[in-house]
Amino acid sequence: MGKISLEVNGRKVEKEASDNTLLSTFLREHLQLTGTHIGCDTSQCGACVVNVDGNSLKSCTALAADVNGSKVTTIEGLETNGKMHPMQEAFKKLHGLQCGFCTPGMVMSAVDLLQKNKKPSDTEIRDWLEGNICRCTGYQNIVAAVKEAATKM
Amino acid sequence: MASLVGSRVERKEDKRFLTGKGRYTADINLANQTYAIFVRSPHARASIKKLNIDKALKSSGVVSILTGKEIADDKIGGLIAGWAIRSEDGTEMKCPGNPPLAKDNVNFVGDPVAVVIAESLAEAKEAAEKVEVDYKVLKAVTSTADAMNGDTIHEGIDKNLCFDWLLGDRQKVKEAFDKADKVISIDIINNRLIPNAMEPRACVADYNAASEEITLYTTSQNPHLSRLIMSAFGNVAPEHKLRVVAPDVGGGFGSKINVYNEDIVCSWAAKKINRAIKWVAERSESFLTDIHGRDHVTHAELAVTKDGKFLGFKNETIANLGAYARVFGTVTPTYLFGPCATGVYEIPAAYTNVKAVYTNTAPVDAYRGAGRPEATYTIERLVEKASMELGIDKTELRIKNFPTAFPFKQTLVHTVDSGDYVAGMEKAKQMADYKGFEARRKESEAKGKLRGIGVTSYFEACGIAPSAAVMSLGCGVGLWESAEVRFNPTGQVTVYTGSHSHGQSHQTTFAQIAADELGVPIENIDIVHGDTDKGTFGMGTYGSRSLAVGGIAIVNACKKIVEKGKRVTAKMLEANPEDVEFKDGEFIVSKSNKKKTIGEVAFACYLPGVRDEMKSPLPEGDEPGLKETSFYDPSNFSFPAGTHIAEVEIDPETGHVKLEKYTACDDFGRIINPMVVEGQVHGGLAQGIGQALYENAEYDETGQLMTGSYMDYTMPRADNFPEFNIGYTCTHATTNPLGVKGCGEAGAIAAPPTVMNAVIDALGGQEVTMPATAEKVWKACKNLKKSNAKAA
Repeated sequence: MGKISLEVNGRKVEKEASDNTLLSTFLREHLQLTGTHIGCDTSQCGACVVNVDGNSLKSCTALAADVNGSKVTTIEGLETNGKMHPMQEAFKKLHGLQCGFCTPGMVMSAVDLLQKNKKPSDTEIRDWLEGNICRCTGYQNIVAAVKEAATKM
Repeated sequence: MASLVGSRVERKEDKRFLTGKGRYTADINLANQTYAIFVRSPHARASIKKLNIDKALKSSGVVSILTGKEIADDKIGGLIAGWAIRSEDGTEMKCPGNPPLAKDNVNFVGDPVAVVIAESLAEAKEAAEKVEVDYKVLKAVTSTADAMNGDTIHEGIDKNLCFDWLLGDRQKVKEAFDKADKVISIDIINNRLIPNAMEPRACVADYNAASEEITLYTTSQNPHLSRLIMSAFGNVAPEHKLRVVAPDVGGGFGSKINVYNEDIVCSWAAKKINRAIKWVAERSESFLTDIHGRDHVTHAELAVTKDGKFLGFKNETIANLGAYARVFGTVTPTYLFGPCATGVYEIPAAYTNVKAVYTNTAPVDAYRGAGRPEATYTIERLVEKASMELGIDKTELRIKNFPTAFPFKQTLVHTVDSGDYVAGMEKAKQMADYKGFEARRKESEAKGKLRGIGVTSYFEACGIAPSAAVMSLGCGVGLWESAEVRFNPTGQVTVYTGSHSHGQSHQTTFAQIAADELGVPIENIDIVHGDTDKGTFGMGTYGSRSLAVGGIAIVNACKKIVEKGKRVTAKMLEANPEDVEFKDGEFIVSKSNKKKTIGEVAFACYLPGVRDEMKSPLPEGDEPGLKETSFYDPSNFSFPAGTHIAEVEIDPETGHVKLEKYTACDDFGRIINPMVVEGQVHGGLAQGIGQALYENAEYDETGQLMTGSYMDYTMPRADNFPEFNIGYTCTHATTNPLGVKGCGEAGAIAAPPTVMNAVIDALGGQEVTMPATAEKVWKACKNLKKSNAKAA
């Protein structure tokens, strides 16, 4: 067991957790931030993507202890004053989600793409999202939503 | 008031999903809950000689360990097949028992033998490792084609044959073939798929000792049906003491229709230990134990005249059921497959014969399209081959055999109420620039690439319903749907539906329908589903039935509300009920300026009196309140149809297939929300193209699943697809008041033959099995080179 201190969605948190606790588990089970989803056990699906110190990260690939002291943003932290982030708005406007399960990871990943590439092409968007699996949408409206968000960010 | 039906209304459900506030089963934690881990068979076929839990019981944090013995002692029933199918010789199908925890034999890798319940997940996992099972490993049967020659898996089921079913007339077909100028024949494999909803299955079971009620939160597409099965066949609890809640569910695609072992075991065990139990599948468990889809081996023949008229069709298929027959396991390869195998064509004589076999693999059941993708793949690969062999353009050959009038009495079962297949074909050709293909083929050739074009025209029978029809075919329940529309006194409306949304957008589309019917703003309408304690009853969501069945139940309940409103308005305004009209939320007495809003009428229904007067707004015979229910049972299935066209480019050096263009022109009848329908088409296409090019579930000869993770099973990713070009022709269904047909499965039905026809066209007609991986295609390219060299 060890103490994990993080800044999560702008709030300082400190919790005891066993050393083998994954960041994804820490967020879901210790902080009750269940917006971060677990869709696989091989770090392939991307449903658990969060932002750690400015970069997107599959939170099932890191131990909570490994990111001790970091700033973490999860899907719950994207809104400002109750207003959705332009990426969230674009997903809603263009039907970039259906069952919603892959959505948090997809959105967190897409937000990071636009931080690094302000005007990505269709191909660049599809390549970037290669690590996020969606079974519902066929990706077309996700790509459209990311492009739409790029015009608003 | 503008109509909402037909508009791109943004989804009411999105905000919670986009802000991390969705509430899926794995997000639910109950006070004092325990955690379950299932001990599963590592062998495909074995008998259990001994099971020892002594060491595991002493492991830290263990609350209880239960095995097949305890579940049998408590007379908890097993999993069932929902449809009884008869063989051609009249005998009933043969189904083995399928206990929730295996006691004597295991029949696939992942078959559960015990459950370990502990204070924490880590402790449950650790203890599960200490359960000792002594297996006598037996020779597994894994091949679909050879299953009838393998060892007998289930005692008393000869040749591993569940049934040998026939639909159609062999003699008539023989006569048709005798008259044919040419017979086109084909041998195809419909590859086995794993549905892979992104949310792994999960359940949380709770027992309330005071009310003696079990509550099960579970990842289900049909909570009421689950409750019925668990109660009537599982003997878990009587229905009024069993509440099943399917909260937000992260995709289903058919894999969450079934009641699963874990649902029954956790519900039963929660009562036994008098504590809540949580179980969440790891993805590797999902791969092993979720139902799988497809897995057919087919030989089919088409008898034709030399000018391309179809005379007869035969279809001999072996369908793999996996280890056990489950809820839709036996109907998927029969009544969902056979009737659609003659496609959109007038074929005077046809039969489909299906031998359904057991193997030591995960149970095979309904996966998006269920039977209809297999049917469409059979006929459309055959028709494409016929066009090559006859030298008739593939679109002309199809048009030549389309029905000329509707209703169209399809060869084997269905009477298709409406459609215009020629219009669909012409529009698809235009959208795809079919004429320009040869020029594009030359451009590809100039780059050293092979280009092919493939076409599919399909129809499907969905809106799976008519109770009398499905029960006559062996279904264990009627497939109607219910709706309840409740007005609150202050004017908001709650609609309870027996359909279930796990991505399909009911919260929005059903609200659009109710808003139009009642003239109430959509913001004031809530759609409630997924909880057996809330809605009356429901058969759930599958077979593209939510709108065509569940949606119509909502319309009918709304119409009853309006009828009552007219009576109440007439009483309030001292008019004849026949003179009251309803429009845009207002009851208007014709030829007068007297009217009441629906909100005023609702208020009056709940507060039926006036100060200082003995006067009620309710006519004699009408009770207070404003709430109506409908149980809607349609007169027929619904029949979406369409034509899809794909173009691929193949690099002969690598065998890589690039899907260059994909055009879908579908007829879904009336469209409620075009945005939602587009999403359904895109998603269906991705799964269908996945089947054609990427996905394949493979077992080795010992029954180990070789594709048990996302490292081995190729899930389609964003960079696998071009932008889909989609369009519609809309002929309204004549069998329901909305004119709707259903759109959820079309893409998965039409895409596999469309893409494969294009691949095979590019390869000069050489057969390649799905998925058309680079390795297979590269080999075919080498053969093509050889045969071209010979010809030269």
